[in-house]
Amino acid sequence: MPEQPGKNAIEVRGVRKVFGTGENQVAALDTVSVSIRENEFFTLLGPSGCGKTTLLRLIAGFDFPTAGEILLHGQDIAPLPPYKRPVNTVFQSYALFPHMTVAQNIGFGLEMLGKPKAEIEARVAQMLKLVKMEALKARRTSQISGGQQQRVALARALAPQPKVLLLDEPLSALDYKLRKEMQIELKRLQNETGITFIFVTHDQEEALTMSDRIAVMSAGKILQVGTPRDIYDRPAERFVADFIGETNFLPGTVVSKQAGVATVKFASSATISAGYPEGFNPTGEVTLVVRPEHADLVSDPAKGTITGTLSNIVYFGTDTHYHVKLDGGGENFIVRHQNSRSSAVTYETGAKVGIQFEEDAARVLKD
Amino acid sequence: MTTAALSPTTLSKAALFEAQAVKTSARRNRLLSLPALIIIGIFGVLPLIIICIYSFLVAAPYGGVQWQFSTDAYLNFLFQRDIFDDTLQFTPDFLIIYLRSFLFAVVTTIICLLLGFPTAYFMATRPPAQRNWWVLLITIPFWSNLLVRTLAIMFIIRDEGLINNALLALGVIDKPITMLYTNFAIQLGLLYAFLPFMVLPLYSSLEKLDFRLVEAAYDLYATRRQVLWRVIIPLSKPGIIAGCLLVFIPALGAYVTPLILGGGVHLMIGDLIAQQFGSGRNWPLGCAQALILMAAVLVALFFYVRNTSGKVQHG
Repeated sequence: MPEQPGKNAIEVRGVRKVFGTGENQVAALDTVSVSIRENEFFTLLGPSGCGKTTLLRLIAGFDFPTAGEILLHGQDIAPLPPYKRPVNTVFQSYALFPHMTVAQNIGFGLEMLGKPKAEIEARVAQMLKLVKMEALKARRTSQISGGQQQRVALARALAPQPKVLLLDEPLSALDYKLRKEMQIELKRLQNETGITFIFVTHDQEEALTMSDRIAVMSAGKILQVGTPRDIYDRPAERFVADFIGETNFLPGTVVSKQAGVATVKFASSATISAGYPEGFNPTGEVTLVVRPEHADLVSDPAKGTITGTLSNIVYFGTDTHYHVKLDGGGENFIVRHQNSRSSAVTYETGAKVGIQFEEDAARVLKD
Repeated sequence: MTTAALSPTTLSKAALFEAQAVKTSARRNRLLSLPALIIIGIFGVLPLIIICIYSFLVAAPYGGVQWQFSTDAYLNFLFQRDIFDDTLQFTPDFLIIYLRSFLFAVVTTIICLLLGFPTAYFMATRPPAQRNWWVLLITIPFWSNLLVRTLAIMFIIRDEGLINNALLALGVIDKPITMLYTNFAIQLGLLYAFLPFMVLPLYSSLEKLDFRLVEAAYDLYATRRQVLWRVIIPLSKPGIIAGCLLVFIPALGAYVTPLILGGGVHLMIGDLIAQQFGSGRNWPLGCAQALILMAAVLVALFFYVRNTSGKVQHG
């Protein structure tokens, strides 16, 4: 299982990538190091322009690093051209060959590797079955739908049995329902083939539901690597907390701290204990982060750690978001309640309310 | 809300109005195509009909035609009537000129393709801002007249020309290499004249090529050579077809280039046909030769397009 340290499929060591020359130089990747384990579903997550696609292209071989090395099973592949790397890519645009049929597309990689015809045919048939496209094998790629093109792109990349499969935002062009289906499909394919998947996305929900581990990137750097739960519950930096899921930010002052837990005082003089990441030494004025679902509304303001006025109630079906204008000012605080049939209390906008926090709900983070 | 407000009568009125709009737009379209049809009729179809009729008439002694039906023009293409006993004798003179011209045109097309493809590829892979400058450079020869440019070539390759003088001065050769008035000169002139017609359609086709497909092919273990043959060339086939047609057809009928650089010794079809209307004073023969050329080109085109488009389909 991915939690246990396994062998590394890909090791990125101190990789820098600079585009342009002279004054127009832009560092797309600023000394990135990361290890991706064998058979892992690893996701590079970040906003556009964070360097995640650049890193993927360096692993694929479409670009070459300015500095650093990329190891595949211990061998440095950074100087190799793409056709000498046992790595295949599923492109965002699918990049299917328009002058070939579905079956010809899937067989292309094997054909280029010089495999015998019988083997290619058998493997293509197997792939068509795997992605459930047998019926459309003779079609041209322009004659099939986006979701089907997606499946063909996957089959084409998987057919040569690469050591690592790279996926560059492959689901971004699909509509919501198809995307959900393909997410499950991708997980199934990864389980069945046992190939290491490196998945690039800017969609945090996609990253959380599919990945074994996630690397959150911003401005050419990797900010945090961890399991989805790690990243969500124990974000290392404010950016990570902000980018993944909804988060409330609260100003406070550190009163005391010991063993990774700080006591923080709010303006209302209420105090709360909050964890903080290793290697970070919070002092003075700090920002606390609290997930909306880790806080609770109470109708009696006196019982709340912090208080405010209910400014807006947004109904989402499965849950309801309560926007609270805090008495101390600042941004609205959002509390998320799961809806149930027996919701005891109903709130009205304009009511004075208190907010309570669950145990360990708040964390102090680097800005 | 709006659909509810529409009564049956307004609906049918709307339908009627739409039908009328379709009818008027169809009429307008026909009207718009009229100028083009008139031009094609007057300058394309009508001269062709005249040529066709003239080719079946008898030549008048001082040019022009006599209105008398005859198939002599076509017979004269392959046979010569003996002056004394009126028998037909096979003479391949014209046929040889036709075959030579085809050979010139084929070689021109192939060399233009071999030179033009890398050029167009280079242009298409420049940053977009640079590309227009490259296109401009390719079109610079069009700014001056072909005749002038061909005469310039003559000055470069003649015995006392630029190349020979330079080679003599450098001591590489001790007497001038004869280049002017040879097949080589004609071939060079044709290449020079028609290369841009190959580069431009190739460029427009390669510029539209999705280079992510090239990356995808590299990713799937295709070497550079395989990427070229399996992805780039099949996808730029429309440009290759267009370029080859634009070079082959005018090269086949070239007139100025072989006349000047071949010195009237090495004839091509264009010169042959022109001769019939000039010194030859045999208009029907000229017309027949032109029509035979047209028929040959049409047949060649038919096979070429059928073969190449077939290849595109089968990948």
